[in-house]
Amino acid sequence: MTDPGDPRRGGAVLPRIFAVWVEDLPGVLNRITSLFRRRGFNIESLSVGRAREPGVSRMTIVVRCDQTTGRRLAVQLSRLVNVLRCDEITETPSIRHELAMFKVSATPEERTQVIQLATATGARIADVALESVVIEATASPAKIDGIAEVLRPYGILEQVRTGLVGMARSAASVMSEPGPRHAPRRRPESRADDGSGSV
Amino acid sequence: MKSTRSAAATRTGAQILWETLLDEGVRVVFGYPGGAILPAYDALLDYPIRHVLVRHEQGATHMADGFARATGEVGVAVATSGPGATNMVTGIATAMLDSSPILCVTGQVGSRLIGTDAFQETDVTGVTLPITKHNYLVTEVEDIAPAIHEAMYVARSGRPGPVLVDITKDAQQASSSGRWDRSGVVLPGYRPHGVPPESELRRAARLVNEAERPVILAGHGILISEAMQPVRELAERSQIPIAMTLLGIGSIPARHPLNMGMMGMHGESWVNRAIQEADLLLAFGMRFDDRVTGHLATYAPNARKIHIDIDPAEFDKNVPVEIALAGDLSVVLEGLGPLVEARDRSPWLRTIAESKGDHAVRDIQHLPDAGRLYAAHVIHDIWRLTGGRAVVATDVGQHQMWEAQYYPHDRPRSLITSGGLGTMGFALPAAIGAKVARPDDEVWVIAGDGGFQMTMCELATIAQERLKLNVAIINNGYLGMVRQWQEFFYDRRYAGTPLLSPDFAALARSFGLGGEVVTRRDQVEAAVERARADERTVVLEFRVEKEDTVYPMVPTGAPLQDMIRRPRRGPEGSKPEIEW
Repeated sequence: MTDPGDPRRGGAVLPRIFAVWVEDLPGVLNRITSLFRRRGFNIESLSVGRAREPGVSRMTIVVRCDQTTGRRLAVQLSRLVNVLRCDEITETPSIRHELAMFKVSATPEERTQVIQLATATGARIADVALESVVIEATASPAKIDGIAEVLRPYGILEQVRTGLVGMARSAASVMSEPGPRHAPRRRPESRADDGSGSV
Repeated sequence: MKSTRSAAATRTGAQILWETLLDEGVRVVFGYPGGAILPAYDALLDYPIRHVLVRHEQGATHMADGFARATGEVGVAVATSGPGATNMVTGIATAMLDSSPILCVTGQVGSRLIGTDAFQETDVTGVTLPITKHNYLVTEVEDIAPAIHEAMYVARSGRPGPVLVDITKDAQQASSSGRWDRSGVVLPGYRPHGVPPESELRRAARLVNEAERPVILAGHGILISEAMQPVRELAERSQIPIAMTLLGIGSIPARHPLNMGMMGMHGESWVNRAIQEADLLLAFGMRFDDRVTGHLATYAPNARKIHIDIDPAEFDKNVPVEIALAGDLSVVLEGLGPLVEARDRSPWLRTIAESKGDHAVRDIQHLPDAGRLYAAHVIHDIWRLTGGRAVVATDVGQHQMWEAQYYPHDRPRSLITSGGLGTMGFALPAAIGAKVARPDDEVWVIAGDGGFQMTMCELATIAQERLKLNVAIINNGYLGMVRQWQEFFYDRRYAGTPLLSPDFAALARSFGLGGEVVTRRDQVEAAVERARADERTVVLEFRVEKEDTVYPMVPTGAPLQDMIRRPRRGPEGSKPEIEW
């Protein structure tokens, strides 16, 4: 929906998912979060890990915003010198999973029931103690919400969720993974001579 | 990175720093020494690089900025850690908002002291992260040259901007036998030069060819891209009138018949009216700043918009556009120009000429000229006596707008002003940078009494460097633009705006410079001529009408055509009239 008073906004407001490849250098995460803060975008979740290429990290960032804002965000991210690539995959058929762990109160009498319930939802048992169990699940955020609901009556003592990670389905596209700078700075012996990205 | 190791040629990080800068073509730096940058300063004596000692690091950044704007080359500023670096913040932000390529090199405490709140330690890469195009913290000697090469490339390429390289003291002191050159710069995530697809160019050309009432919005990007000629050719062939942004001034000669003049809050009324009536806006290297659009919802309501900018982040940021062409303006116009047809648009040009009418002689003739001094007179006289050929640096505020109105610029890179950030104290140091860059050009500072006092310590830099500039202080005893807003929008409650100033002429003389006070209009010409003839820098203090106002004006948030005009000469206290 477009607000005629503000021509900058448009499209439905929903959680928008961005796959972002960045150079694995100190301070890069700060540059990303600083951009969000400065431009007034609100991060719902952000997860970072190594990408396939050494020296490259891959982030999945979820931001609740409209389409226009999402486009602006992608352009702003791409503008950062250390950002190798940024794709919005909200509309792309993709697998979006989150890892969650719940420490659930379970007396020895309840334990079997809790474990059965968790297993039935597709979750795994990560740890069992006298008065509690730790249940681990990898699923869509909605499914995780469902698992939490089922466990809640027993008492969730603690929970941790990683936030979404996403990958486009193979049928949708195979993303060519961007590479890092060719010569890591600390070892200046070799020289990039394949010409790619060199200036 | 290229590196050939040989035991013979070991260099310290400090030596590598200067040799890398020399390799990048740097011959002058503006700086101020201190503990954490001392190794670099020690090595500086051995290299053919001119060091201009500033009096405050803010001055160093503005000088680098003025140097950059006067030449298009990267200007370099150097400072120590902590307070030296934090003093640069205003200058960096100024360069960021006006897309000016500067490199700031700062010393940092030893790498083992980082994070310990050591003496003069500040996280300057953290502080400047949102106001630099990019920045680097260098803790290893081997990283100095690559960082400097990258920084220079990032600063000057694409949409230019400030880059800061913070180098720890131990990295400056350590030695390396490595060899690097700029061919080794590899930035896989940095793609500054997009090229718009052919189909979009054709679509854009069709819109231009169909338009009956097009207007070119000429921005700073024309100067940065050196696209003066192609823009002019396009405008002439297709008879499209041109409106200037403040930073676009000089990209098309002021006297060019298609150049209508400045747009926006204090732009010309007929220019704003043409924009509001246009059916197509061609925005060239400008960013639809709120000072040029007025109220967004009523901005150019009937116009389709074509936006050409090197920075795609500018598209649809403030004004939604029909066609966005990302790329270097010169390159884009190479493709677009030939697709645009020659056309006669005399009805449209006639409409604009009619709406211009006698406004062009403008309100200067409505000033009560009873021997009193008005800024408009002063600036107009400086223009007349310098033949309009001076490089002029201004601060922000009333004098800045008056300069834009009464000093027509025909040459590129001849107006150096803080547009986006609106930085008081910019003019004097920026003019120093411009004079160092272009010693054969006549350089004038036009500043207000408020802004001048923010960086007037740089008069000492002028004296020490024996630079010849001329300084015109438009002294109206107020922080004039703020006073003007108080007059219009705060019921004339002049809170914090009356300003006591020193005797600027005497102050200048205390630095060994020339100084003169001018209070009457009939003194202006002789004073300006004396200043120009003097081999020293001369500060001319013009004591002008205290409560003069910049007209016309679009109040904030109003539609662009609603301009407050200067009251016609008439009974005392006559109210300003609203045009249209």
